[in-house]
Amino acid sequence: MGDLISAIVTVTIAIGGLLAFLGGLYWLTSKVPKKWQEGVRSWVFLLPAMVAMIIGLLIPTIRTIYLSLLDDNGDKFVGFDNYSDVFTTTGTRLTVFNSMTWVFVGTVFTTIVGLAVARFADGMRGEKAAKSAIFIPGAISLVGAGIIWKFVYDGPPFEVGLLNSITKNIPGLPASMGGDGDRIWLLERGFGGADPPASLPGFNTFLLIIIFIWASAGFATVIFSAAIKGVPDSLIEAAKVDGATDRQAFYKVTMPYIRSTIVTVATTITIGGLKAFDIVAATTGGRFGTSTIANEFFVTKFVQGRGGLGSALAVVIFILVIPVVVMNRQAQKRAEEMMGA
Amino acid sequence: MSVAIDDVDPPVDGTSKPGRRKRVLSTGQATSRSLSSQPGRIIVYVLMFMWTVPTFGILVSSFRSEIDVKTSGWWKWFTDPSITLENYRRVLSSAPGDDNMAKFFMNSLIITIPSVILSVGIALLASYAFSWMKFKGRDWIFVAVVALLMVPLQMALVPLLQLFTGGAHIGTVTIFPDLSLTGTYIGVWIAHVAFGLPFCIFILKNFVSALPKELIEAARVDGAGHGTTFVKLVVPLSVPAIASLGIFQFMWIWNDYLIALIFAGRDKAPVTMKLAQVAGERGNAWHLLTAAGMVSMVLPIMVFFALQRYFVRGLLAGAVKG
Repeated sequence: MGDLISAIVTVTIAIGGLLAFLGGLYWLTSKVPKKWQEGVRSWVFLLPAMVAMIIGLLIPTIRTIYLSLLDDNGDKFVGFDNYSDVFTTTGTRLTVFNSMTWVFVGTVFTTIVGLAVARFADGMRGEKAAKSAIFIPGAISLVGAGIIWKFVYDGPPFEVGLLNSITKNIPGLPASMGGDGDRIWLLERGFGGADPPASLPGFNTFLLIIIFIWASAGFATVIFSAAIKGVPDSLIEAAKVDGATDRQAFYKVTMPYIRSTIVTVATTITIGGLKAFDIVAATTGGRFGTSTIANEFFVTKFVQGRGGLGSALAVVIFILVIPVVVMNRQAQKRAEEMMGA
Repeated sequence: MSVAIDDVDPPVDGTSKPGRRKRVLSTGQATSRSLSSQPGRIIVYVLMFMWTVPTFGILVSSFRSEIDVKTSGWWKWFTDPSITLENYRRVLSSAPGDDNMAKFFMNSLIITIPSVILSVGIALLASYAFSWMKFKGRDWIFVAVVALLMVPLQMALVPLLQLFTGGAHIGTVTIFPDLSLTGTYIGVWIAHVAFGLPFCIFILKNFVSALPKELIEAARVDGAGHGTTFVKLVVPLSVPAIASLGIFQFMWIWNDYLIALIFAGRDKAPVTMKLAQVAGERGNAWHLLTAAGMVSMVLPIMVFFALQRYFVRGLLAGAVKG
């Protein structure tokens, strides 16, 4: 309780103090010559946001770029050595491959599931329930999602895993694929003899991506659903009059119409995949070949205490995000031109 | 339970693109719209099933006894139903050796609510300046804010942590004092506000700049200063956007793990962090993990069902331009 009371007091003082401070500044601006008043007042409105973003985001970002060029203790300038380490060391290179896998597999399947639910649930009985069911995982934290799926993937010594109890009942399945119901899914990299080399994503990475798809599909569904409902009825009807089937109407009319929405959703999921950390940390902790760049960043910096390499990994995430955003902008523009907007 | 995902109003940013119009009911729509063929319905049912079962499993497990959870899968509950609240009692209890989830639930509230109020409030002030005030470099600064949206938060974590623990110095001159903010709520609040601001400003600026120009100008002509216009006009008119963004931010911050992990420390940890700890340190306590998981999820799920309309609106607004 003491915590709560001191927190309430702190917040009240902080918010009250901020308001009083801004109010005071605003009052002071009435003394400023009329000519400059508006400009000065603007900065009173902007002040808290600018201070927070410059101290909390802008300067740290620049500093991370700088730190990525220093050695792990931050003492010596090493140029791009940390970056070449990221791509030449087997361990970190695997995390880059894994993150790429997250991005491609995660984005493609989330988009497909989202489109499928948005399309097929549209106008069906129980549409709201269907969409809510798909969305609920999106309201849960990714840590929670990881815990939930531990109960799907778990193996011996405890009998809690759902997946094993399913594979056990599939006749003829080899033990390596869970045929005996004793596979420890998240901890094994390969499938029977197909154990991938240490530089390629293992099967358990795909198991983690399933959790990601499960958690993000609701978001995609909601956005696609709103977009599909925005397609003018007249367009669909015109296509139908011309003899188009439902299927053709969807692929030839609806899909092109909501193209920019699809690009936006895919971009959001891609960026989410690049930053994948919570799911990995809450399930495997990045072991068994499942680490992603974002997880490796955390482990490198905060567990191993390697500042230079850790910063370089953060910058790699940033560099990978930029082309995605640029491509998104270009695709949006093309889509807008196509729509004549 | 008001489930209303489908009938959402236009996004809060007010840019009513034709593609986002609310669907207009018309006769003959039922036939032309019925894309839900038989196989389509089956696909939806299968997906619904796959999406619900894992959560349902942990819900059922949380009411089973320790022995049951460890020796048989939760689906056995249907043939052998028995309910106990023992797992919840254990995870919520503050007795030594127990997890005291009640405390961490409270921590989550203490972290989340001020962070939401501060980020939305500060962003609203800035949005007003970007929309209705004239100052040098306005457009460029706004572009810079939008550019910050791209920056992954991993880029800012380490230096901000260093700032909180050691301050900032140039040579021997201290330009930012060592405030020892790690492991305090204040540090977590600052991190959440700083990282959330670009998104909040982006969303609110879209909304605030779309408010009717005549209204704002009429107030100005009547002699209202910017301060009065903001407090008496813009804040009340922005309530729908504030609600949507507020709920969105609430979910985001409540579910955050990374920021908490770095800035909160063990004592001020939110439920997500505690849940991950229970999973990592008590690998065999599956029965406790179920209840701890449910405790961490109950509030966001309730918020989702109770305030779905606002939440979805916020999502749509955020996704309009990515």
